[in-house]
Amino acid sequence: MTAGSTLPREAVTTASRAPGDKDPVRRRARRFWTMRRRDAAAGYLFIAPQVIGVVLFVLVPVGLAIVYSLNKWNIFTGRLSFVGGANYAALAADPQLPSVLGATAVFSLGVVVLNIALGLGLAVMLNRRFHGVTFFRTLFFSPVVISVVAWTLVWGFLLQDNGGINAVLAQLGIHGPNWLQEGPTAMGAVIVTQVIRSVGVNMVLFLSALQGVPSELYEAARIDGAGSRTIFTRITLPLISPTLLLTSIITIVGALQAFAQIAVLTEGGPALSTTVLVYYVFQQAFTFNNIGYGSTLALMLLTFVMLLTVLQWQLRRKWVFYEH
Amino acid sequence: MSTDTLPASGSRIPMPTAPPAGVRRPRGAVARRIVLYVALAVMAVPFIVPTIWMIASSFKPLDQIFASPPSIFTASPTWDAYVQAFGFQPFARQYANSVYIAVVVTLLVLLVSSLAGYAFARLRFPGQNVLFLVVLVGLLVPGEVTIVPLFQMFKGVGLINTHWPLILVTALAAPCVLATFIMRQFFIALPVELEEAARLDGLGRLAIWWRICLPLAKPALSAVAILTFLASWNLYLEPTVYLTSPDLFTLPQALTRYTDAYGGEMWNTQLAAATMTVVPVLVVFLVAQRQFVEGLAHSGLKG
Repeated sequence: MTAGSTLPREAVTTASRAPGDKDPVRRRARRFWTMRRRDAAAGYLFIAPQVIGVVLFVLVPVGLAIVYSLNKWNIFTGRLSFVGGANYAALAADPQLPSVLGATAVFSLGVVVLNIALGLGLAVMLNRRFHGVTFFRTLFFSPVVISVVAWTLVWGFLLQDNGGINAVLAQLGIHGPNWLQEGPTAMGAVIVTQVIRSVGVNMVLFLSALQGVPSELYEAARIDGAGSRTIFTRITLPLISPTLLLTSIITIVGALQAFAQIAVLTEGGPALSTTVLVYYVFQQAFTFNNIGYGSTLALMLLTFVMLLTVLQWQLRRKWVFYEH
Repeated sequence: MSTDTLPASGSRIPMPTAPPAGVRRPRGAVARRIVLYVALAVMAVPFIVPTIWMIASSFKPLDQIFASPPSIFTASPTWDAYVQAFGFQPFARQYANSVYIAVVVTLLVLLVSSLAGYAFARLRFPGQNVLFLVVLVGLLVPGEVTIVPLFQMFKGVGLINTHWPLILVTALAAPCVLATFIMRQFFIALPVELEEAARLDGLGRLAIWWRICLPLAKPALSAVAILTFLASWNLYLEPTVYLTSPDLFTLPQALTRYTDAYGGEMWNTQLAAATMTVVPVLVVFLVAQRQFVEGLAHSGLKG
């Protein structure tokens, strides 16, 4: 480095634009600590905590997960022994994995379909002026601020065999199933619990998208004699397609990470019916101490999330035409 | 939707414009309105009844919790479940843990994200784009993927069964990266001219950030604060993995531990504890709705 970098700070900051500066050291200092260099230095310092945080708590762990996935972990000695692709081969041989992936697909697709349909439906219903519209928007949004665990606990309470939901059904003369103890109803319960809690966010995103549709288009269509269904499918839907795409991917990525809901409501059961990938990772790594295999499964989860994100970027470029 | 140029207030729910004056309501409009109200009221049931049922049941004596026919309210309300919630576990301590962790994490995120967001938006330095991509990877990788190696790392430095992992990872990884992204978008949309006068007066970047930009960034900062507070408040997987002593537990983790000696759920106690967890946040939400909706809609914009 030049002498400039070792100068005391006063010399740096007093370096002025005076053209006739004779002192060679000062002149060099001035030339080194230009406005641009000072900005760059400030930039590195400002982003340092964030960059170090991501490297330390995201990149290094992903690297370690890759290392773990290539090793077998002896929990008694705490040693790693290299096993190459054995953990990856174990994926193909794992008799539980097909069921886990199936449950993951059903859960994610169930959540995304229900969430988008309900979110869009609510947004369309609440995208007009009437008495109480703010009240209803607040109401449908409110579960978003409720802690996942508390929300899920209450639903678990209501879904007990002798719980509130079956008690209400009994009043109507219906004998309700033991929701959480039968595979299909348990899966339905986790999906609905998750959707009701989080649909408010999508509703808000859809509302602001709907309000971005120019009203002249609606008027023109109406003058041309288009019915409300035609208007919705031919004007509204194409114009809000960027939001539709964005929310679908975010919702599906969120569903892939849903842990607390399942841990609290069903613990993955009955049998494996609600054991989704993220819950299976947790079980393998922390319940059965299979660090190597657990890491392999975690990397599989990461691959799914990354593929979806890349897909979103690609589709955004291709399919979504109404966007600046 | 252009997320690149939206200022933080862009996601506020705009009210629809009123129909032009003088337009006659078509026939059947009243009937249609009634249908709308009925439909909304029916749809509202699963959104609101569980919360009401939770609060109401927490005041029921244990033998009425599963009464049939069901009733939301009880004739003989009791505080027993609340007393028991504090007696069974160090619930006050656990409550304090959740509050202090969320506050510390929120303050750290505000600091780290506004600095980084400002630098990515305003300053030019070599490698900027690459570094920004590195940071964005933090949004891409779910915390559920990194938890296994993170547990080993914290075990290696002896920080298991402390609050450090909950504070450090939350304050610097996922929620913070989202916050950095939000702050960057906000500062990009902020007119540069506001800073130029200050620069000519010789103010350094740190002073500009602190004295000019932060005061202007209040909407974005409050969105970040709400988002981060809730993210920390709701953490479940992480405390379950890192903490083993009940004295150190956070609320979501504590809520699941109200089980009797046979592993059966202590429903009314659990519901009382859940009510104490949920109601304060719900009240703050009702008071500061707009900021909440803005903040949480941003969490949806992270794609």
